[in-house]
Amino acid sequence: MRGWRDMLWPQLARGLFSRPLTDPAPAVPEVVAEALAVRLEEAARVRLGRSLAIRHVDAGSCNGCELEIHAAGNVVHDLERFGLRFVASPRHADVLLVTGPLTRNMREALERTAACMPEPCWVVAVGDCAADGGVFKGSPAVEGGIGTALPVDLLIPGCPPTPRQLLEGLLALLEAQAEPKPKPD
Amino acid sequence: MSTEPEALLRLIRHGQEQPCRPHPRHLLDRSQWAALVEALAASPEVALLGLWAEPAMVHAALVIGTEIRLVSCAAPEGRYQGLSPVRPAAAWFERMIRDLWGLVAEDGIDQRPWLDHGRWPATGPLALRPGPAPLSVPQPVFLPVEGEGVHQIPVGPVHAGVIEPGHFRFHVQGETVVRLEVRLGYVHKGQIGLMLGRPPRAAARFAARLSGDSTVAHSWAFAQAVEAATGAEVPPRALALRALMAELERLHNHLNDWGFACNDAAFAWPHARAGALREALLRAAAAAFGHRLMMDRVVPGGVTDDLRPGGAAAIEAALEAVAAELPRLASVYEGHASLADRVVGTGTVAPALAARFAAGGVVGRASGRDFDARRWPGYAPYGALTVPVLAEGDVDARLRLRLAEIGESIRLARGFLEGLPEGPLAAPLPQRGGEGLGLVEGFRGECLHWVALDDGGLLRAAFPRDPSWLHWPLLEAAIEGNIVADFPLINKSINGSYSGVDL
Ligand code: SF4
Repeated sequence: MRGWRDMLWPQLARGLFSRPLTDPAPAVPEVVAEALAVRLEEAARVRLGRSLAIRHVDAGSCNGCELEIHAAGNVVHDLERFGLRFVASPRHADVLLVTGPLTRNMREALERTAACMPEPCWVVAVGDCAADGGVFKGSPAVEGGIGTALPVDLLIPGCPPTPRQLLEGLLALLEAQAEPKPKPD
Repeated sequence: MSTEPEALLRLIRHGQEQPCRPHPRHLLDRSQWAALVEALAASPEVALLGLWAEPAMVHAALVIGTEIRLVSCAAPEGRYQGLSPVRPAAAWFERMIRDLWGLVAEDGIDQRPWLDHGRWPATGPLALRPGPAPLSVPQPVFLPVEGEGVHQIPVGPVHAGVIEPGHFRFHVQGETVVRLEVRLGYVHKGQIGLMLGRPPRAAARFAARLSGDSTVAHSWAFAQAVEAATGAEVPPRALALRALMAELERLHNHLNDWGFACNDAAFAWPHARAGALREALLRAAAAAFGHRLMMDRVVPGGVTDDLRPGGAAAIEAALEAVAAELPRLASVYEGHASLADRVVGTGTVAPALAARFAAGGVVGRASGRDFDARRWPGYAPYGALTVPVLAEGDVDARLRLRLAEIGESIRLARGFLEGLPEGPLAAPLPQRGGEGLGLVEGFRGECLHWVALDDGGLLRAAFPRDPSWLHWPLLEAAIEGNIVADFPLINKSINGSYSGVDL
């Protein structure tokens, strides 16, 4: 009979010597993290810690942004390794991640979702549509960006933003929550 | 007695022929239209592809035998004879027409609002004279269900996962769904209004964003319609690049849907692998065309971008990776009784129903409806291709077909890449009036675009019809008698687009 070692070793060896599927983490632009940190009070920083629970709301997207949010969770980008994860209820969420130009038909649903979020929380607008309506700006059926209904903390532009851009933005939130680094003398 | 296709075509030809290309449009008067409705009742095999309007006029697209025909009827006083009594799939279109153009379908089987939730600044925004906004937002009305122990489960518009918004109203008896009603319209962006009055190149940006996952297919169908209307000749290299992009789009979506559906049946590994392969395809698309989803690359007249250096190699490598792993994915799917237990016999769409609703794409083909726009009516550069068809109509059949189509798409994509003709990427678009219809097979089914250009070459009227129009009603049918817990799985196996039908 083969011992457990025989079975485990080949696996461990593969893990050690093959390339991981996951991409290295993107770097966070310092200015973004600093700007975000300013928006966060000390108490909130302690409460949020080093992980974020995300609630996504599609407020009128073409679904292109959703495809890339999904991709940010695939094995290659794996946003969960950073302590970022999607949750089913806004009541469990620290981040409201919103896509789309905010259609009139979704405004109330978005506002109600936001009202369910515990404080402190971040509002992140994803995509050019969420920024100001994008190509749909000016249509009487849309409000023209998430900012028309909620105060937006972070905007991740792009049509759609790539998973890497999404990760950069979300990591900037984590960075802003981190303990301030001790200043070198 | 069924009306022979020839008799129906003769009936339609009584109407005045309008210069729509490549399929003619006939303008019927009210009595001719009424005769058509009657004939449709007697000819269940005639497929209704879509029903839409412009101010004071309704249009329908039909497949009659081996012909595609558009028919129109004026709607003076804002009324026309509805098609829903003889084609239930018309009901959602009629409700949409009422909401957008203010035209009422007489005898329509469902007169409730659809896209208009009472929150727009005007009613009938595309009508000649839009009406005032309502004073308050009305409560939606759902069809009643009666019986012992029946209760309701309302879900949405905001869902638990990262998906588009829509409301699902379940009536359940114990665990069993007695009726599901879908209420959409939440992501209505006023697409058609934004397209009108613009030159085709500018309007193409909206076609590209009707449903982001089908951006290539919709852009192509829109471009086809414009090119048919203006008589533009698309260069062969542009056609090959379009087809290459379209097959990449089909591949990444089929992988995505298949992986997600397995995940909904608690099989995470296929989802993880499909996700990795899909990522490889999207990166190859970005390397080749400068955009992961290849948005805005297909435009009326041709394509905007040539293959970038290294792009062809990147695509070949990604295709090779998918091809190499496909047998393993299939054998894992086949080899697990617990997975089979979830998908076999679940969410069945009966072939008769798929035929009645003219369901395109995998949803139709999994229920025996052998239709693929690449093969018929067909369009360049596609030649012969294999289109697998099943008759079971359950989640399993839809998932199997997605896997089966992946193989054929890889073969096609490789062919387009190898045989890429030299030459220009786009032809100038003649600036003139005209009317055209485009039909392109996306991963969901055929995307249909109709455009009418005025003499200055600007869009006078347009309608983009996503294949999901004919799928959503089937979701309502497929869930009946299943348990609530299987809904995510059934929904994912059909995967209707919300944005695509919300317009
Ligand atoms: S930003 Fe672009 S991809 Fe995202 S929802 Fe808007 S149109 Fe679609």
